[in-house]
Amino acid sequence: MSAAVEPAGAPQPRVKIRIKNLTKRFASLAAIDDVSLDIEEGTFFAIVGPSGCGKTTLLRILGGLDQVTSGEAEISDPPPGRPKYSMVFQGDSIFPWMTVWDNAAYGLRMRKAPREEITEAVTRYLDRTGLTRFAHHYPHQLSGGMRQRVSIARAFANDPEVLLMDEPFSALDEQNRTILQQELLRIWEVDKKTVVFITHSVDEAVTLADKIMVMTASPGRAKTVIDVALERPRNVLELRNDPRYGKIVYGIWGHLKDEVERARV
Amino acid sequence: MSASDLARVAKTSTKTPAIDIGEEARLAARRRDRILSIASPLGLLLAWELAAQAGLIDVRFFPAPSAITAKLIDMAQSGELTENVLISLERIVLGFLLGGVPAILIGIAMGIWRPVRAIVDPLIVATYPIPKSSLLPLILLVFGLGEMSKIVMVAIGVFYPMAINATAGVLQINQIYLDVGKSFKASPWDTFRTIALPGALPFIMTGVKLGAGLALILIALAEMVGAKSGIGYMIWSAWETFAVAKMYVGLFVIALIGFAISLLLNEIERWVIRWKADA
Repeated sequence: MSAAVEPAGAPQPRVKIRIKNLTKRFASLAAIDDVSLDIEEGTFFAIVGPSGCGKTTLLRILGGLDQVTSGEAEISDPPPGRPKYSMVFQGDSIFPWMTVWDNAAYGLRMRKAPREEITEAVTRYLDRTGLTRFAHHYPHQLSGGMRQRVSIARAFANDPEVLLMDEPFSALDEQNRTILQQELLRIWEVDKKTVVFITHSVDEAVTLADKIMVMTASPGRAKTVIDVALERPRNVLELRNDPRYGKIVYGIWGHLKDEVERARV
Repeated sequence: MSASDLARVAKTSTKTPAIDIGEEARLAARRRDRILSIASPLGLLLAWELAAQAGLIDVRFFPAPSAITAKLIDMAQSGELTENVLISLERIVLGFLLGGVPAILIGIAMGIWRPVRAIVDPLIVATYPIPKSSLLPLILLVFGLGEMSKIVMVAIGVFYPMAINATAGVLQINQIYLDVGKSFKASPWDTFRTIALPGALPFIMTGVKLGAGLALILIALAEMVGAKSGIGYMIWSAWETFAVAKMYVGLFVIALIGFAISLLLNEIERWVIRWKADA
């Protein structure tokens, strides 16, 4: 993909995630068919597609929860002591039997991080997600939006190389979704980790991402990859008023329209 | 609703929800039910006492409640009662540990790992229908008349409901929590400790309660047949010496123990699943 000649001296963007001829079949049904894709370090990469296009399966493969049928999906090795990835799941995934604090600390505890590092990271990300006051609450005492914040804090506090996010806001109402999108951008801006973000919302993809891959309906293939040339930091609301935003959204719908119709029949 | 009613409701509404007329009638009905519930056993005791005093029932079989109470006080003062109650409680607690700890470990392992389930499940299915009481002769044969046979009886009774419920508890845990564990690279021990055990605890507590009921039945039985101490032995020796009042004291005390255990377990359950919305 990056075949263009880089000017000498400029920092070479490193490929963080390499997907090569990835095919995934469930029994005889092809879910993903021959997808190849390179994602560079520090990119916020969104994948959109109609329901059942295998986008969640693709993420689960990257996250080690599903196996490929053939092909490769590789995240380059992190520096020693750092985890490759953390996942933010669709729907309620924080443990109801743990307090907000213990949930946020989960990844760090599982990799036996030093106590001071856990305290420091959890404090920081509970602060950034506005959850400090609720550190000792149980999830059932929180709203859906707040529970999803805990899930995001848990993933970020683990300090992974790559964040894998599977439609994290799809269960939220529109206002909460907008607020959380802005918060996610704000947290992400700090150290610009590589993100793979699955969504069925074109608006959400354009709002958040640097690059968007549009997938075809079942079986899922890479239809096209689009650059979102909107400067950062972005304001989720102001963006809607930007004519370029509408143009990009409209362009993606052009690619997606046929696929959505195809998925219906 | 009249103005004065409204004023009263407004005054009390900081503590209790507003009460309408229907609510009031319901509360009155509940008060009446509670009075009836307390009155019925007291009434029975009174009728029993009067019938015994009047010679309408055979006091050799049904000694008057006053006579039983006197016996209870007598036995409590002599230390006989306390000693037997304590030894029975000790056997129950030790039996609970001996049966409950492996039940939780095995039950949860069965829930997490299919091969473990495939291996252990048929053994449980095959042995579960055996009435635990019928194992007593075998247990006495193997463990003798010492403490161990009583403890093992309790352990066997506790094991089944706790193991079966632990497995069911793990199986009902939402798959997404196990995925979270896997994606954060939780070790098998950490998966057990941080996901399977806490997720299954509400079910395990149900198993503990079922086990407690069985434990009481089995300890009474085991002590009647194969012990020289304990509440079951007390009841049995009362029969052998025809000390009927003493027998009733034993029955009363064992009922009291059962009641106390269930209160205690309810408290423990409330604490253990405090993370649940409806706890």
